Amino acid sequence: MSHDEPHKTTDDKLVYMANQIATFFKSQPEAERPKGVADHINKFWEQRMRRAFFAMIDKGDPRFDPLVVQAAPLIKRPAKIAKA
Amino acid sequence: MSLVPEIDYGTPASLSEKMVTLTIDGREITVPEGTSIMRASMEAGIQVPKLCATDMVDAFGSCRLCLVEIEGRNGTPASCTTPVAAGLKVHTQTSRLKDIRKGVMELYISDHPLDCLTCAANGDCELQDMAGAVGLRDVRYGYEGDNHVKARDNGETNTRWMPKDESNPYFTYDPSKCIVCSRCVRACEEVQGTFALTIEGRGFDSRVSPGMHENFLSSECVSCGACVQACPTATLTEKSVIEIGQPEHSVVTTCAYCGVGCSFKAEMRGEELVRMVPWKDGKANRGHSCVKGRFAYGYSTHRQRILNPMIREKVSDPWREVTWEEAYAHVASEFRRIQYQYGRDAVGGITSSRCTNEETYLVQKLVRAGFGNNNVDTCARVCHSPTGYGLGQTFGTSAGTQDFDSVEHSDVVVIIGANPTDGHPVFGSRLKKRLRQGAKLIVIDPRRTDIVRSPHIEAAYHLPLKPGTNVAVMTALAHVIVTEGLFDEAFIRERCDWSEFEDWAAFVADENHSPEAVEKYTGVKPEDLRSAARLFAAGGNGAIYYGLGVTEHSQGSTTVIAIANLAMATGNIGRPGVGVNPLRGQNNVQGSCDMGSFPHELPGYRHVSDDATRDTFEKMWGVKLSDEPGLRIPNMLDAAVDGTFKGLYVQGEDILQSDPDTKHVAAGLAAMECVVVQDLFLNETANYAHVFLPGSTFLEKDGTFTNAERRINRVRKVMTPRNGYGDWEVTQKLAQAMGLDWNYSHPSEIMDEIAATTPSFALVSYDYLDKMGSVQWPCNEKTPLGSPIMHIDGFVRGKGKFIRTEYVATDEKTGPRFPLLLTTGRILSQYNVGAQTRRTENVVWHEEDRLEIHPHDAENRGIHDGDWIRLASRSGDTTLRALITDRVAPGVVYTTFHHPTTQANVITTDFSDWATNCPEYKVTAVQVSPSNGPSEWQMEYDEQARQSRRITAKLEAAE
Ligand code: SF4
Ligand code: SF4
Ligand code: SF4
Ligand code: FES
Repeated sequence: MSHDEPHKTTDDKLVYMANQIATFFKSQPEAERPKGVADHINKFWEQRMRRAFFAMIDKGDPRFDPLVVQAAPLIKRPAKIAKA
Repeated sequence: MSLVPEIDYGTPASLSEKMVTLTIDGREITVPEGTSIMRASMEAGIQVPKLCATDMVDAFGSCRLCLVEIEGRNGTPASCTTPVAAGLKVHTQTSRLKDIRKGVMELYISDHPLDCLTCAANGDCELQDMAGAVGLRDVRYGYEGDNHVKARDNGETNTRWMPKDESNPYFTYDPSKCIVCSRCVRACEEVQGTFALTIEGRGFDSRVSPGMHENFLSSECVSCGACVQACPTATLTEKSVIEIGQPEHSVVTTCAYCGVGCSFKAEMRGEELVRMVPWKDGKANRGHSCVKGRFAYGYSTHRQRILNPMIREKVSDPWREVTWEEAYAHVASEFRRIQYQYGRDAVGGITSSRCTNEETYLVQKLVRAGFGNNNVDTCARVCHSPTGYGLGQTFGTSAGTQDFDSVEHSDVVVIIGANPTDGHPVFGSRLKKRLRQGAKLIVIDPRRTDIVRSPHIEAAYHLPLKPGTNVAVMTALAHVIVTEGLFDEAFIRERCDWSEFEDWAAFVADENHSPEAVEKYTGVKPEDLRSAARLFAAGGNGAIYYGLGVTEHSQGSTTVIAIANLAMATGNIGRPGVGVNPLRGQNNVQGSCDMGSFPHELPGYRHVSDDATRDTFEKMWGVKLSDEPGLRIPNMLDAAVDGTFKGLYVQGEDILQSDPDTKHVAAGLAAMECVVVQDLFLNETANYAHVFLPGSTFLEKDGTFTNAERRINRVRKVMTPRNGYGDWEVTQKLAQAMGLDWNYSHPSEIMDEIAATTPSFALVSYDYLDKMGSVQWPCNEKTPLGSPIMHIDGFVRGKGKFIRTEYVATDEKTGPRFPLLLTTGRILSQYNVGAQTRRTENVVWHEEDRLEIHPHDAENRGIHDGDWIRLASRSGDTTLRALITDRVAPGVVYTTFHHPTTQANVITTDFSDWATNCPEYKVTAVQVSPSNGPSEWQMEYDEQARQSRRITAKLEAAE
């Protein structure tokens, strides 16, 4: 099978999704922007997604939109991995 | 048990509020002004003989059987066409009337075959009934003269005789039995709105004819069945009735195909389904139906249905039939093993919008209470999740705002990214009826859908936008409304937050959002857009209906917000005839969302982090619940590829076929260690499954579906499940195998639990539904009769919230390699991934998916109509045949995705809505080139599918 695009990793997708969310809130009134992004991620992102997100943010991954970086302190850090 | 009685009042009800009192056969009766004498009589319990009248269509007055005498008036007026008047004294049975009626009947019968005993309509024929009613005892004319009853015995040709037309797979037309009452013609016009039938010829020569003397199959007929139902004789008859005979009992139930949620009477002989007849009292369909619900139920007895559970070690192994106990034990131990090995969050479930509310509720309960996480999602993710987000933000609830009846009060209807005549046919017919009465239509769609121009309907404006530019167009409409001062200030001041409105108004008023400025990417003519905006704002009651063409975009949620903004700005919320109406795809999309199928929401749209809500369920279920949102379907697949998600329980969904980027879905499924599929057939997802649990059809279980207008409709069991168990029982057994203490003995107990835990369902119970027929949630102390219209005195969230909607171009862009935009859709006769409809006679209308392409684009590529072409995108390629048409604009191509071999989702990419991850089905950059056969992927896929469907080791007697 031919793949035209380089394979997108889950990390790539998370960066993309976070930036997409930021793009929406960027057009909203200024005061609401970081909180809008953070609330959204808190509400919809599962722990392992947020874990991967913080692993990148904490390393200062340059691919994130500045608004995402600004929102990061408002995003809930995930708990330790749960065992059954 | 007996047949559910339905009274034919002869003519439609009058909506007048003014009442009139008259006397019929000495009985006083009061009815609304405008009621026919025939209907008034029936309401008084007096049945006037009739043939050409039936209450589904307007009276025509041609048979002269329903004559009455009125004191003080001359002659014998037809009761079906004569309206009531105050103080009339009507007699329905006098010797003069009796003589006339006998004469009329004698003429009819003299040109009608007398094979009543062997006729399929025997016992259900109005001609027979009327002959009895008028006391017809002999017929003085023979068949020697002119007749259209039979071919001549002496070898001459009888030019008046026509053979049967059996071209339609579901019903026959036998012209020899036709009494030319034109009920069928009127039903096709007035109820269905297709205008497929005409009366050809005049007088004694007249005949019903589909189209221009065609047969039914090649005519415009869409096989809705309205004419069959209207026909008083055996002329138009279901083939199933011809084959089986007349039904002896019937049960009211709900169609399992689309979000209209039509009510049907399942007419039975023992456990054999004779036919499905739309139920007049069904509040969604008012006695109408489409080809799917009316006829396409044959899949339930299709030979490919799987009736025994099966398991296998690896997906490359053949299936092995096992007992139910073995299957449950296997799933339970596998899921526990996976959770022990990879963590509690390594498993999840997918609920189905084809299954009942009760079944969906149980699956999410199993995931939350049994698996101990929130990894539950539903296929609504891939269709209407942006509706939930967008309407939740602006209005405070994801609920569509109206009932279907509302359209009867609309003056301007906007349809965006929906194709109601195909996707929601019965609503489409009701809408067309309103449009023929004069309501104006605005269509916003890249493709010229059927409704843009159809018999007696012409859209005032069709805005053929480039796929992916919905937000720009909607914001430009708002721009015109705000800058031209067309907004409803009084409404906004009273109902919405005024400062948010001001902020939004300033935003949309920006020159960048003007129709002129956005034309360069939307492709919509600014004059048209301006006129459409003015019409919507100033044309009276404005209603917006939208579908997947809105939601399945990377800005799906933003478009929904833009729609809500527009409705609020024009004051079109909170009364009949207006509103924001999401047309939901599958039968129970609404219900599956309501029942907590989302990884962040418990039933009733309450976030998992809400302590009070969790507390309610924790007390009821006796377990601790996770307050962390779970994985959505695309996230599950990503996690599977990453190795952290290993087990999935999929009920009644086919994610491999319905979800975008098939290769990624396949990779995700292939990476899991235990995939459990519960379905009727070995669907595409089952190619990657380790356990298969046979499912049951909607005919085989009790439950409820909730349609697009939030209407909770009963589904009633009419036959024993062929696989042995209803889907809710299977989930329960599975839960028990995992150690959960569940003991539901009937789905009604599940509904009671839903009502006890979910405020918007507080009063709902099976008893209450039996009493009310159906109710629309919220149905609780405050609104005991349900809620046909939402936000009547104010928005659910308090003040309506205006939110800015900035257009952002999708990253899925055309370029030199992929210069065309592909958009996808569906057609009438097939349903979603087609697993059911493909297994019925409906295939005669759609044997394959075709690629619609504009003549200009086709010519450039040397493609002719019907040629095999290769369709390629950045994700993959497939082959299908071309259909050249100017319905699509140059630069745009379109296809449906009903057949697995087409694999249209190999083409779609993994771009998705920013807020909800709803996939961007509606925009994919593609290239089209001539081809000479299936693609490499299609061949590999077929081979894999063939291998994985092998079944060995049949169990002996299955229970
Ligand atoms: S089946 Fe429906 S569309 Fe076809 S002729 Fe009858 S009423 Fe018209
Ligand atoms: S086909 Fe049936 S409904 Fe139509 S005109 Fe003939 S008898 Fe009447
Ligand atoms: S498919 Fe939809 S419109 Fe057709 S009968 Fe079923 S519910 Fe009604
Ligand atoms: S029923 Fe009134 S004229 Fe036929």
